[in-house]
Amino acid sequence: MSPAPGPAADAVATVDASLAPERRDAVRYLLILLPAVLVLLALFVYPLLGIVERSVYKPKAGYTLEFYGQIWRVPVYLQVIGRTFRTSALVTLVCLALGYPLAYLLATLRPRVARLLMIVVVLPFFTSIIVRTYAWMVLLGRNGVVNQYLTWLGLTEAPLPLLYNQGGVLIGMTYVLLPYMVLTIYSVMRGIEPGFIRAAHSLGASRWQAFRRVFLPLSLPGIAGGTLLVFILSLGFFITPALMGGPSDVMIAMLIEREVEFTLNWSFASALAVILLVLTLIGFVGYNRIVRLERIFEARS
Amino acid sequence: MAPAEGVGGGAEVRLHELTKTFGSVVAVQDVSATIDRGSFFTLLGPSGSGKTTTLMMVAGFAYPTQGEVFVDGKPVAGLPPQKRELGMVFQSYAVFPHLTVFDNIAFPLQVRRARRAEIRQRVGEALELVRLQGYDRRLPRQLSGGEQQRVALARALVFRPRVLLMDEPLGALDKKLRAHMQLELKHIQRHLHVTVIYVTHDQEEALTMSDRVAVMQRGRIEQVGTPAELYEAPASRFVADFLGESNFVDGVVVGAPTAGRWLVRAGGGLEFRGVGAMPLQAGQPVTAAIRPEKLVPVEGPAGALQTDAVNTCKGTVEEAIYVGDATRYRVALGADGAVTVKVPNRLGLRQPAEGEAVALAWSPDETRLFPRGEA
Repeated sequence: MSPAPGPAADAVATVDASLAPERRDAVRYLLILLPAVLVLLALFVYPLLGIVERSVYKPKAGYTLEFYGQIWRVPVYLQVIGRTFRTSALVTLVCLALGYPLAYLLATLRPRVARLLMIVVVLPFFTSIIVRTYAWMVLLGRNGVVNQYLTWLGLTEAPLPLLYNQGGVLIGMTYVLLPYMVLTIYSVMRGIEPGFIRAAHSLGASRWQAFRRVFLPLSLPGIAGGTLLVFILSLGFFITPALMGGPSDVMIAMLIEREVEFTLNWSFASALAVILLVLTLIGFVGYNRIVRLERIFEARS
Repeated sequence: MAPAEGVGGGAEVRLHELTKTFGSVVAVQDVSATIDRGSFFTLLGPSGSGKTTTLMMVAGFAYPTQGEVFVDGKPVAGLPPQKRELGMVFQSYAVFPHLTVFDNIAFPLQVRRARRAEIRQRVGEALELVRLQGYDRRLPRQLSGGEQQRVALARALVFRPRVLLMDEPLGALDKKLRAHMQLELKHIQRHLHVTVIYVTHDQEEALTMSDRVAVMQRGRIEQVGTPAELYEAPASRFVADFLGESNFVDGVVVGAPTAGRWLVRAGGGLEFRGVGAMPLQAGQPVTAAIRPEKLVPVEGPAGALQTDAVNTCKGTVEEAIYVGDATRYRVALGADGAVTVKVPNRLGLRQPAEGEAVALAWSPDETRLFPRGEA
């Protein structure tokens, strides 16, 4: 510990003496938030504004909307954007279909078994995403493990095309994003009082009815949170579609990277990034309209 | 809501040698009881006495290790809760937070696929029964604890179960509201003739509401009886202590009984007569239990009053505490310790002052003797 109190401590002390208690609390909370706010401003808001500016600025020519016009005119860009949203939606649905039952198991199994299963779910987080993606490529390739087994079992004559197509992208992205879905839903399910399910049974509900009418509706905030998280993460996915997809599976993040790395057209890349951001925000607002997200963040009373 | 047609009101529930063990822990041991049709039966006991586990076995949420539950003579221990047609009100209310009051109460009817018009009518009746008319569109979080309790009750009754199980349903309410709900529950139960099995650790609640009470301790039933039987004639020291309040005086039985009353000599030399809670014999160590309100401060020298029909003793008032309806005295009896005396605050009753010497009189029939040192 440093012997002399820093300026922040001084500020707190001054605040303490001069303000009414409620005001003092408010100021104290602001001080606590300050570092995070500063970091966000410096490393997120400022660069974001820079990107927005760059997207409407052509070097040596001044401000222009030319790049946005280009995105609008050339069909391939809109196609890629459309594909990005489609793929993300598909990945989200698959994650939900796989993740909900898994989360249900985790939330209802005996704690010991559940803990073990939870480790299995979280384990992939400890490995680099690139390594995991390459592992999938080894599994799914033409002469990969899966195809070898299928051929050996006599289920297929020739190796199946599992990689470098939309299927490959789906498998890879679902694998990476599934834990986010599972953990979000699981945390909500854990908060559901078992008493509600008991009550449902005591009132005559079968297992299915208790699930359908009580458990499922009470787990909806988890579904809403999980799907939103997975969808938004999907929109910006880069490594997996780049490595596991084919030429017709390009997603917008890959497009942006290409403009930055190869074409060196930073302004156009910025315009694409801004479009992605705006569309994401529109999606978020629309989603909010439907599921009322504040309910997810609402403290339980 | 009228009682179910045909089979009038409640069902008879019989617990037959119910035992439940969790690993090596015996939660409930050999519990047997018959609960009459349409009666209010309470399982009373401290926490960990097995009362809730017993209720859960009736409800179907716990499977008995041994024994059987009969509802109207039919064994139900093998049935899942949803097949038992028993209403249940939980301690936590468990009112579904995502459903309105109407939908909560309609729930048991909907899962039974009742027609819409019938649902509307029965939910309306149930709301009226618990006096929550006009609340149907509200969500549980907009209700107070007492109102949620009523919703839970209406929901448990709307499908006309013949038995209603209640697990400490009033535990979370404040005192005034609890007293009010006790009476209301009792009225509803009488009105519907439904059989109620009620679990509580609150002896006052048990006495107020029940037709019969089973006092439980360490997984066993200590005594079953009407509130008056339990209070006036407790079968064990535990019951005398747990239900209401008792003064306990240790002593030894002297000689044979006269007219069913045994003479007891306490350690400090005090002699008095009492009734045995079970057969006694001369020389046996016993504990005598005397309710504080049965002890009456009297005028005059105590010795003059001492007969076979009245017990007396002398003491000094150590402390007098005014509690509103009565005054509680702590009276020191010298070598025999001290007793609590409760005197109603009413004109004409002797109200001694602190430090005053008093004589106390009480009836041998209100002195219960329990064998000491067994069990």
